[in-house]
Amino acid sequence: MLRRPARRRSLLRRNRWLLARRACQLVVLALFMLGPWFGVWIARGSLASSELLGVLNLTDPFVALQTLLARHSLEGRALAGAAIVAVLYILAGGRAYCAWVCPINPVTDLAAWLRARLHLPALLGSMKPDRRLRHAVLALALVLSALLGSVAWETVNPITLLQRALVFGLAGGYGAALAVFLLDLLVPRAWCGHLCPVGAFYNVLGRVALVHVSAARREACTHCGDCFRVCPEPHVIAPALYGAPHGRSPVIQSADCIRCARCIDVCDEDVFRIDLLARRGGG
Amino acid sequence: MGRSGISRRKALSSALALGATAALLGAHVHAERTRVLPQDRIRPPGALRERDFLDACMRCGLCVQACPYDTLRLADLNRPVPAGTPYFVARETPCEMCETIPCAAACPTGALLPSLTDIRDADMGLAELGTPERCLSYIGAAYCDSCYKACPIKGQAIRMQHGRTPRGGNFKPVVDPDRCTGCGRCENACVVEGVAAITVRANHVTHR
Repeated sequence: MLRRPARRRSLLRRNRWLLARRACQLVVLALFMLGPWFGVWIARGSLASSELLGVLNLTDPFVALQTLLARHSLEGRALAGAAIVAVLYILAGGRAYCAWVCPINPVTDLAAWLRARLHLPALLGSMKPDRRLRHAVLALALVLSALLGSVAWETVNPITLLQRALVFGLAGGYGAALAVFLLDLLVPRAWCGHLCPVGAFYNVLGRVALVHVSAARREACTHCGDCFRVCPEPHVIAPALYGAPHGRSPVIQSADCIRCARCIDVCDEDVFRIDLLARRGGG
Repeated sequence: MGRSGISRRKALSSALALGATAALLGAHVHAERTRVLPQDRIRPPGALRERDFLDACMRCGLCVQACPYDTLRLADLNRPVPAGTPYFVARETPCEMCETIPCAAACPTGALLPSLTDIRDADMGLAELGTPERCLSYIGAAYCDSCYKACPIKGQAIRMQHGRTPRGGNFKPVVDPDRCTGCGRCENACVVEGVAAITVRANHVTHR
């Protein structure tokens, strides 16, 4: 039997990174919503392509890539905007997008929280698809854009559908978000963890990231399992946390890690921390 | 059931899920590209031909926010117009033909042509006297020239033609297809209740 250590963290301490993340997601949304709702124009457009302060174009590189594959060239400022965003996530760790920007993240997090609270049974069980499915869906979106034309994933992408619902007042996007929520309620982490090609794209972008989570004090681990329970991609933790006997780095290497830092929040032993410029590979 | 059994089941369900996603997404994209849009859903000025437009449009909404008259809208899910793409309905709010064409200027992809510099060269659609029996001038009920007066290319895109009409009127509006941009000011101004006598057919209908 594992016993909980006497020293428990305060509620605030246990949710610091979570609160920072929610604040960041909210600020990103607010930048887009202030214009249409209150006439304060900071960011125009949406996460697909936007204009910041009327000068700087920022474009989702995944959307841009699909447009290019549909054999349509972009305006120079959109190409530059896509390059800026790509570089940003290459440095920050691609899937930081999922944890810090994506408006679907709070939706699927809520589903995961409810699942845990209500002890819902996991539909599918061992029949659950492989998490690499999302990379196949990514390839599918690119191939369909090239074969059929159209920015294929943007025809159904719940991320931009939800954002357009909030910014442009279109009701349909709420339906898409609700569908994702119900799917995740039935099948644990079905959307972000298995299907979403946007996350898969940012995973590919994030292979050489400068920001990592590290199990720096892994020798203090009591095997309580708190980190595994809150992690949206639990498979990323073990190689770093239990890698010492195999000479593996304590730095979480997997590009699936979304840098949500929830593990840092919940660990009473302060095992985890953010590592800048972390050395990859063994040692 | 050993590990290999589990991984076989995982592989099977993954393949099924991918197949289903491919079928659904492929069918959805194909349906969007082949669907015939209603003629009163008009694309913004400078829009490419419909198929090319769908290749290019990132559905970002920048054009809609650039429109100073709130003419442009983004399509919602499950509407005739593909979700997230811009259009306007002239009967409700026509294009005011801004000199600077801010919607096309805002487009980051060129789905709205940046080479369109003179709004008078826009080809959003074509106005026509779709239901002449609703036109007050055509049926001789009144001398009405509200469409003619509303036209921003006054006296050129629409002129009032004198002469006896088959329904006993003395005047009818005649559209010059080379000058009409399809802005829809005429359709918006038509005084009859409900559907206008003069209506714009969007260029995705006229250029099939």
